[in-house]
Amino acid sequence: MRAVRPAPSSAEQSTSLAAESPSVVRNFLNSRGSGRLADASFATLMLICASTIFLIVLFIFWILIHNSHLSLVAFGWKFFTREAWDPVSGDFGALPFIYGTLMTSLLALAMAVPLALGVAIFLTELCPRPLRAPISFLSELLAAIPSVVYGLWAVFVLVPLMRDTIGPFLAKTLGWTGFFEGPNFGVGLLTASIILAIMILPIISSLTRDIMTAVPNSQREAVLALGATRWEMIRIGVLRNSRIGIVGAVMLGLGRALGETMAVTMVIGNHPDISKSLFAPGYTLASVIANEFSEATGDLYYSALIEIGLALFLVTIVVNAIARLMVWAVTRGAPSRVS
Amino acid sequence: MKKSMIAVGVLALAAIGASAQSLNGAGATFPYPIYSKWFSEYNQQHPSVKINYQSIGSGGGIRQVSDGIVDFGASDGPMSNEQIAAAKVKTQHIPTVLGAVVPVYNIQGLNKELNFSGDVIADIYLGKITKWNDPRIAKDNPGVNLPAKPILPVYRSDGSGTTYIFTDYLSKVSSDWSSKVGKNTSVKWPVGIGQKGNEGVAGMVRQSPNSFGYVELIYAVQNKMSFGSVKNASGKFVKATTEGVTAAAASAAKTMPADYRVSITNAQGPASYPISSFTWLLVPTHSTDATKTKALKDFLNWMLDHGEGEASGLSYAPLPKQVQDMVRKTVAEIK
Repeated sequence: MRAVRPAPSSAEQSTSLAAESPSVVRNFLNSRGSGRLADASFATLMLICASTIFLIVLFIFWILIHNSHLSLVAFGWKFFTREAWDPVSGDFGALPFIYGTLMTSLLALAMAVPLALGVAIFLTELCPRPLRAPISFLSELLAAIPSVVYGLWAVFVLVPLMRDTIGPFLAKTLGWTGFFEGPNFGVGLLTASIILAIMILPIISSLTRDIMTAVPNSQREAVLALGATRWEMIRIGVLRNSRIGIVGAVMLGLGRALGETMAVTMVIGNHPDISKSLFAPGYTLASVIANEFSEATGDLYYSALIEIGLALFLVTIVVNAIARLMVWAVTRGAPSRVS
Repeated sequence: MKKSMIAVGVLALAAIGASAQSLNGAGATFPYPIYSKWFSEYNQQHPSVKINYQSIGSGGGIRQVSDGIVDFGASDGPMSNEQIAAAKVKTQHIPTVLGAVVPVYNIQGLNKELNFSGDVIADIYLGKITKWNDPRIAKDNPGVNLPAKPILPVYRSDGSGTTYIFTDYLSKVSSDWSSKVGKNTSVKWPVGIGQKGNEGVAGMVRQSPNSFGYVELIYAVQNKMSFGSVKNASGKFVKATTEGVTAAAASAAKTMPADYRVSITNAQGPASYPISSFTWLLVPTHSTDATKTKALKDFLNWMLDHGEGEASGLSYAPLPKQVQDMVRKTVAEIK
């Protein structure tokens, strides 16, 4: 390095310190010629990377439409609102599966989001320092467990628990609502929702924790200095500042819940019915594909299963779009301050 | 040094590839254990032939052999007339072994194994018989103290040959079943809950008091599960064994069609177990590749001579003698 450096002239020596010892970066930039071509090619390269995402999505969409052609022609758009699923007579519809997917995912969110927020708040704001690392580590460990392991655990632990303890309790105390009626075999929509909630909890909580940690301490100190209690500080200083990030974390959790297959298949009961009772068995879009695809004999059956995939694709897009709209509506023009 | 070794390795591989005849097959999962045993043994005895088999399911097997993607297919249910008409590659069904489906249940404190009539099983899955102490179940099981508890029917949620055989049997013994539900690898079950695979159904039945389900005979035998007897067409209650299944096939041998597409559920004969079925290989009748056809025919003959003898070791029922002789003639006719 030293040998390459030009000997400083006496004039430069007197003008500035920077010129006296040109940095490595400056040397590199001076020596590598014009940057115009490099800029253009870099921009193109990145554009190609970005457009692969569009291409992949388009390609998936095209394949789904192409392979479900038979079923699209046979049932039209009514496919998404029909209740039938009869492989013998070739009568197919996606409604019970869409219902099961949305119901289990939303119930799972309802259970997991408050819990995840609590975990994140505790970890960032209240937790004694020595406990922080082990709890964060455990919650991240939960996120790394494969879903089939959750499924096995659910079959051997959660199902008997639901059948013998939680189910009868819910039927006795909340039976009047109509959501906990009918026979309870331990498998069904509620059990599937609970296992989903457990699976998405670590995802939402660890992301939310990272977001809350990123809120500058000056925000907290400012709110506390104005005389806020600890809860008020968390609400005004932390939650308000990180709400967009939190919604993002919830969306990632919802994404996993919508597409989760193995664990749900093992405990949902796999019966395509729309029933108000959460004890009743249900079916999800992902589960029916996983269950029936390999033995789907007959072209219409095969095509209907692909269209179920299309329905899952569309449900994911619509749910994500609704969530984006909600975020936009909530944060539109609102400054991150308490009004 | 390293490079030259790699080059030698590549050459050696290429040499093996050139001399070995490889056959690719795909299809049914039910006979996969016996097929993989046969194919690996055959490869040991005949190193020049290597048979690859992927157990992707009967539906996939039928599709892939009909499109000419694989050299042979395998299916637990026979191809339908429409599928045969639509196939680009015409195939011959070759029965290989037989399987059976048995009823399993979980009732606490039962002093003996239960008997089931076919129409009772159908009505349990139709939701008409809902309690264990139903008079129709009691009639088949005199002296058994049945509880007044609701029955939880469990079925296979994944499409499977097991479900095909089971629903094929129910369609034969119950007119209600055949008009309302029918037979297929998966059907619209009127009541009950679905679990994935034999292990899913067995696990659910083992865990849930007062449940009822069906699994493959092999699975029940290997896991030492107790299972019920089923009433056959001669009015006898038969507990499934490989001999009972072979007997069912033997009773159907007299009326066997040339394409072997026959259902042997509810077969005649006092020893026949009623919920039995063949599983088939789908072999192209006319192939452009003569060496492949020859390799496949050689294997099929080996299967008849040696393979069948090994079936019962894995709890598959072997083909009865009469059917083996028929298949030998059919194999000779493949060009």
